[in-house]
Amino acid sequence: MSESAVGRDQIPASPEATKAAEDLFRHARGLSDVIGGERFRDELVASLFQRAEEVTSMAVQHRKPKAWQRVGNLDRILTHPVLGIPLMALLFAVVFWLTIVGANVPSAFLAGLLMAEGGLSGWCLEYLGVPAPAMLGTSLYEALHMLFAFLHAPGWLSGFLIDGVYLGLAWVVSVMLPPMAIFFPMFTFLEDSGYLPRVAFNLDWLFKRAGAHGKQALSMMMGFGCNAAGIIACRVIDSPRERLIAILTNVFVPCNGRFPTLIAIATIFFGGLVAQTSGFAASLIATGAIVGIVVVGVVITLLVSWALSRTLLRGEPSAFILELPPYRRPNVLRILYTSLIDRTLFVLMRAMVVAAPAGGIIWLMANIDLGGVSLATHVSGFLDPFGHFLGLDGIILLAFIIAIPANEIVMPTVIMLYLSQTRMLELEGAELGGLLADNGWTMLTAICLMLFSLLHNPCGTTIWTTWRETGSARWTLFGALMPLALGIVACAAVATAVRVLSGLPI
Amino acid sequence: MIGKLFRKNCETCGSGLPAGASSRALFSKPHLIALAGNPNTGKSTVFNALTGLRQHTGNWAGKTVARAEGRFTHTGENYRLVDLPGTYSLLSASTDEEIARDFILFGEPDCTVVVVDATALERNLNLVFQVMEITSKIVVCVNLLDEARRKGIDVDLDRLSGELGVPVVGTIAGSGKGLDRLVETIAAVVHGQLTPSPRPPAPPEAASGPVEDLVQRIRALYPDLQNARWIAYRLIEGDYRIRQALLSGELASLHAAESGEAAS
Repeated sequence: MSESAVGRDQIPASPEATKAAEDLFRHARGLSDVIGGERFRDELVASLFQRAEEVTSMAVQHRKPKAWQRVGNLDRILTHPVLGIPLMALLFAVVFWLTIVGANVPSAFLAGLLMAEGGLSGWCLEYLGVPAPAMLGTSLYEALHMLFAFLHAPGWLSGFLIDGVYLGLAWVVSVMLPPMAIFFPMFTFLEDSGYLPRVAFNLDWLFKRAGAHGKQALSMMMGFGCNAAGIIACRVIDSPRERLIAILTNVFVPCNGRFPTLIAIATIFFGGLVAQTSGFAASLIATGAIVGIVVVGVVITLLVSWALSRTLLRGEPSAFILELPPYRRPNVLRILYTSLIDRTLFVLMRAMVVAAPAGGIIWLMANIDLGGVSLATHVSGFLDPFGHFLGLDGIILLAFIIAIPANEIVMPTVIMLYLSQTRMLELEGAELGGLLADNGWTMLTAICLMLFSLLHNPCGTTIWTTWRETGSARWTLFGALMPLALGIVACAAVATAVRVLSGLPI
Repeated sequence: MIGKLFRKNCETCGSGLPAGASSRALFSKPHLIALAGNPNTGKSTVFNALTGLRQHTGNWAGKTVARAEGRFTHTGENYRLVDLPGTYSLLSASTDEEIARDFILFGEPDCTVVVVDATALERNLNLVFQVMEITSKIVVCVNLLDEARRKGIDVDLDRLSGELGVPVVGTIAGSGKGLDRLVETIAAVVHGQLTPSPRPPAPPEAASGPVEDLVQRIRALYPDLQNARWIAYRLIEGDYRIRQALLSGELASLHAAESGEAAS
């Protein structure tokens, strides 16, 4: 440790002194046999426990041990061998459902405020049922354009800055902020209340069967918030082999950067199946799709852990003590602070830092003409055959490439690229499905995009964190390419199967 | 509460020092305080409350994966607080335990605070005993007293202090209760106004003779070593790191080395 060198003058000992010390060591080591070798440590530890019991019995009094029972009862249900996992799935389904239902209105509000034509007038009519006051009838996007026009700014400048950089930011904020601001407080509540270790407890046997460490369930849970954070949380695993497995498989849980994509697709396509009948049923189906993709992620985590622990990272799962902390009533203010400032704003800032230049790049790609066709069209045209093979298209693949620094911007990028092709400037929430359908999206595209969103190379931050935590370029590369390869195989398999079964050309 | 007080001080002068801090406090080395404890005892909450920092807290064991550092001031003096990873013991070779052990041993903190969970005192004392073998400058912070009360657990802090031979402070770190007492006690130990005389468990009976003999030999060779008995245990187990630290003079200077040099 760095402190060890501080404050002491390290005088090299003389040969005689060194010899005296070594004699001492030899004598001490020899004692080990005299006093029972291995047994010595056991007795030493036993003496600690015995004394701890003595002291406790003198200093601690139990008044009414009844209160313990309540927590015991709660755990009897929440960590029940049969009920535990379904209850856990139900709990997470509720969290996802609340996120999906709750994110809609604020998302539309932010879109109206930041970029819709006519500002908030559409939002006011739809959700409040009243026309908006005149001052709300202009979005920031329109106001910026007016300002630039007033300043006689050249078209390329307002295009790059407003239609590129600003629109990129506006999309990220309106798509990402609401789900995060709803999901993170609920997640932090589960963490602070003490439920997360129960999840690890419930899943422990599965991970053990997969040859991995039970605490991997904990780092996996942290991955829901952010995979980079999940990978750092893998430090709680002591065995290097199991830690590496946990790090490499962390990306198989969708992080918060990917949830908005999943939520948007699930709401539009799966929820849209029954949109005519009722909004409630639609949200339930969308939730089902999200839970489904999370379950797929967990299953893949277990399968890949299993495969790794039988091939590259062979070994026995190590035993560990998992402490089930008492359920604690979380401090509301602290939850809000942690989830909104530390998590939501932190993740949003990171996304915005990436979205601003990405927006500019997207605008440039859409507006640089090469032989009468934009650069974006060239590139997406080039990627199209491969995208089609995966059940996607060239634009989606291009979006995933642009979004390597941060997965948050996948959907905004897809939308901006489509819009730039149709020469439309903006659209409102309900039209999103129309825009995607116009660009040839089907249920197959939606399924494959959700799959690919779950299974592809991790974002730049996660790759960097993997490198820092493993200290190995090889494992980092493996961690980046292995999920991508899995994603390509999975999407191609699904796309081909669906096309063969429905008699479509492959 | 303490945390708030100190933060207010920060705001008034902008440098993390109270407005009336003397120039000595400005330039002197801060007192080094280590914060040890079992996982999930509210150690990070204590840390945050004392330093006014926002180290993330969570209700699961092993949450603090990196060592966090913060500062606070008390009566115009600077304190540097190091939040060690939560461990149940210092005996095994896991990374967490090594970090915690090495810091207490080599980092030479002016005081080590062991945060214990009032609802699981018996299990937590294990670590307290191990820390007090290494250092006598120790304060035990019995946290989560509110939770203990709810569960019908009464902890007799005076009795505990008497049995352990070290200062014991009860706290409810979540709401800031007892933290000013904790800071005062830390300061008293740092300044030698309070001298803990830890009473660690006696060594296993069968081994006590040979161990005492070894302790004498160690003391003869390293007169300024504070924790000879703990070193003896480690040497019996053949701890390589400790041997190296003794040879290099990192732990204590050799008596023989000094006389050897005088002779040459």
